[in-house]
Amino acid sequence: MKLSRRSLLASAGALPFTMPAAYAAAADMYDVPLHADARIIHITDTHAQANPVQFREPSVNIGVGAANGRPPHLVGEAFLKYFDIPAGGAAAHGFTFLDFERAAHKYGPMGGFAHLKTLIDRLRNQAGATRTMLVDGGDLTQGSGVANLSGGQDMIALANILGTDVLTGHWEFTYGEDGLAKLIAAFKGKFIAQNVFLTDDAAFANKPAFDAASGHVFAPFTIREMGGYQIGVIGQAFPYVPIAHPGRFVPDWTFGIHPDTLQKTVNQLRDIHKVDAVVLLSHNGMDTDLALAAKVSGIDIIMGGHTHDAIPIPQIVKNPGGKTFVTNAGSAGKFVAVLDLSLSKGALKGLQYRLLPVYANEIKADPVMQAEITKWRAPHQAMLQEKLADVETLLYRRGNFTGTMDQMICDALLQEMDAQIVLSPGFRWGNTVLAGGPMTMEDLLSETAMTYGDVYVSMMTGAQIKAAMEDVCDNLFNPDPFYQQGGDMVRVGGMNYACAPNEKIGNRISEMTLSNGQLLDAAKTYKVAGWASVSQPQNTPPVWEVVANYLRAEKTVRITKPNVTKVIGISNNAGYAP
Amino acid sequence: MQNTKATVRIKSGPALTRRITLSGAAATTLAALFAPGFKAALADTAAPMADTSAYPAKAFAQKTKDDTIAALFNMTATASTDISFDAPDIAENGAVVPVSITTTLPDVTAIAVLALGNPFTLAQAYQFPAGTNPAVSSRIKLAKTTDVIALVQAGGKLYSVSKNVKVTLGGCGG
Repeated sequence: MKLSRRSLLASAGALPFTMPAAYAAAADMYDVPLHADARIIHITDTHAQANPVQFREPSVNIGVGAANGRPPHLVGEAFLKYFDIPAGGAAAHGFTFLDFERAAHKYGPMGGFAHLKTLIDRLRNQAGATRTMLVDGGDLTQGSGVANLSGGQDMIALANILGTDVLTGHWEFTYGEDGLAKLIAAFKGKFIAQNVFLTDDAAFANKPAFDAASGHVFAPFTIREMGGYQIGVIGQAFPYVPIAHPGRFVPDWTFGIHPDTLQKTVNQLRDIHKVDAVVLLSHNGMDTDLALAAKVSGIDIIMGGHTHDAIPIPQIVKNPGGKTFVTNAGSAGKFVAVLDLSLSKGALKGLQYRLLPVYANEIKADPVMQAEITKWRAPHQAMLQEKLADVETLLYRRGNFTGTMDQMICDALLQEMDAQIVLSPGFRWGNTVLAGGPMTMEDLLSETAMTYGDVYVSMMTGAQIKAAMEDVCDNLFNPDPFYQQGGDMVRVGGMNYACAPNEKIGNRISEMTLSNGQLLDAAKTYKVAGWASVSQPQNTPPVWEVVANYLRAEKTVRITKPNVTKVIGISNNAGYAP
Repeated sequence: MQNTKATVRIKSGPALTRRITLSGAAATTLAALFAPGFKAALADTAAPMADTSAYPAKAFAQKTKDDTIAALFNMTATASTDISFDAPDIAENGAVVPVSITTTLPDVTAIAVLALGNPFTLAQAYQFPAGTNPAVSSRIKLAKTTDVIALVQAGGKLYSVSKNVKVTLGGCGG
């Protein structure tokens, strides 16, 4: 069922919820005085993009089941229409892929921590420091070459300058338990997660934990006083770390969504700590947050991330205890969410929400932050700035099935690894590179830098390839969000296929053919190359070295023969505009 | 998607039960796995399982839900909201999937766990002497994504709750 914006607002009932000023109209959209009691500033999934970037929002973001036609599964024109955003302007560029290249040149890059610093300081000063809290939903410390080389420490240093008060995690865990401990030690704010526990074995071995009795590895929540009110903030880390990533990084910890534990924590905050509002800083992904909000009572707002959905207005979810606002604040530093809370004793009375696109050209860079960014880059400057090739085709990643950037990676592995088929992970991070400019090593690292980026070659039968693809596809299109992991479909090189998102696992993938048109044989063995294996370390070169070699030799990037996914059973879907 | 983490090796028969969680007034009474000689301890319980005298080899050999329930309990189960059944939505490791069952139902005599997608359906079964707090925390091995069913026999009736547990190859997470 498609809910119009009006019906959403009407369903807010007694809880006043104010729309943001029209995105096109404001003379200075960053002038946001506080007309409430407390302000939460929320950023998420910046993926270590210290400097401003181009990031093309998806043209394919299909919702299945209940998610069909509702946020976040809206793209392009459908997105603009749903949220009343005028076409052709700066906001349309920030929130959608429409006319991307022209608009990218016109409006310039977005985000960047020096610009975020200036903007967030202004938002904080307008509300008053004692009424303001800055929270980061995780995926702060991974996604760039510098972050990968510093174990994420550069981004913690930037977050400390930014004044981040609270953080939860996802890729933070891929630095390993010790690596994350070092990040938390350097972080001046609080790292919270209600859904990370010691395994039984680790508990028996007396491994360190925040609370040995409950098994919580980290503090599940923190309480902040703001404007005379107590705000309880609960952390929800990415629930599937040991599944979506190599389990060896977190051998002592077990994850999951844990709605029951969450409900107990909410009750504890309300009944024992007598907080006036409860918010969840979540890295579940938006579909999962919407499902969770229907299950758990007593959370006023879920501030979400992970699925990189920039959703301009909160979604309102009914549950046995009342209603919960659910937000998602995009990625790559492109957006800053401002939540102004009107409070009374024990209750949220109103919420004013703004998701501000961060146009770097409109904001002065903060010199202290810029100096810190430069300091961390300095030792790697020559490596990062190496020009690998000239770019002749817009290169982007985001989208359910394919992107030109991943096609480039697949083409590179196909050739460099002498493979028949390439499987490349469908990550949602990774910048966009415009045609007409260079592809630098830094650009390539923004697509690939991670702690398990080694390449592999594996002999797989057609049946095994299908099983792997079905498995990933179910993580994307399972109609129950609790069974999704939040990535996009694995990218393929050297082959094409058809996908039917509405089918069940085992029946979604068909028409698998090699690039030469030959059907894959279930019993025949193929040489498959890939990267980011979640099994054992490969002891092979990292993917960025392999792709860099390819690009240096090719000298230009031009995607002329992309592998294609034929999408079956999706007509008139608001999340599909290929 | 090279991946060896989600094991699909099958081990038939009773799952390994790492520990049994017991608490409450009768904590000194151990709920026991089926074992020869256990019948005596159950002599005064109201509704013992169909075969309480020995390891229920027949039940562990069944390959469907209905056949397993018939062999183990010889009665049909009705869905209950009074059973708390905790199992992951997505297993972190299909070889050791933690499950725990507690219930507010009175007079519990047995708890069993069925994994419908396994080659042999019955994963584990416990008998509870009178006065034992009905709580089980254990691990089962899953061959693939499947519905997992917890059965509780209480007051001479059989109750059930079901949960789908996904066993995935992993990788590709956001």
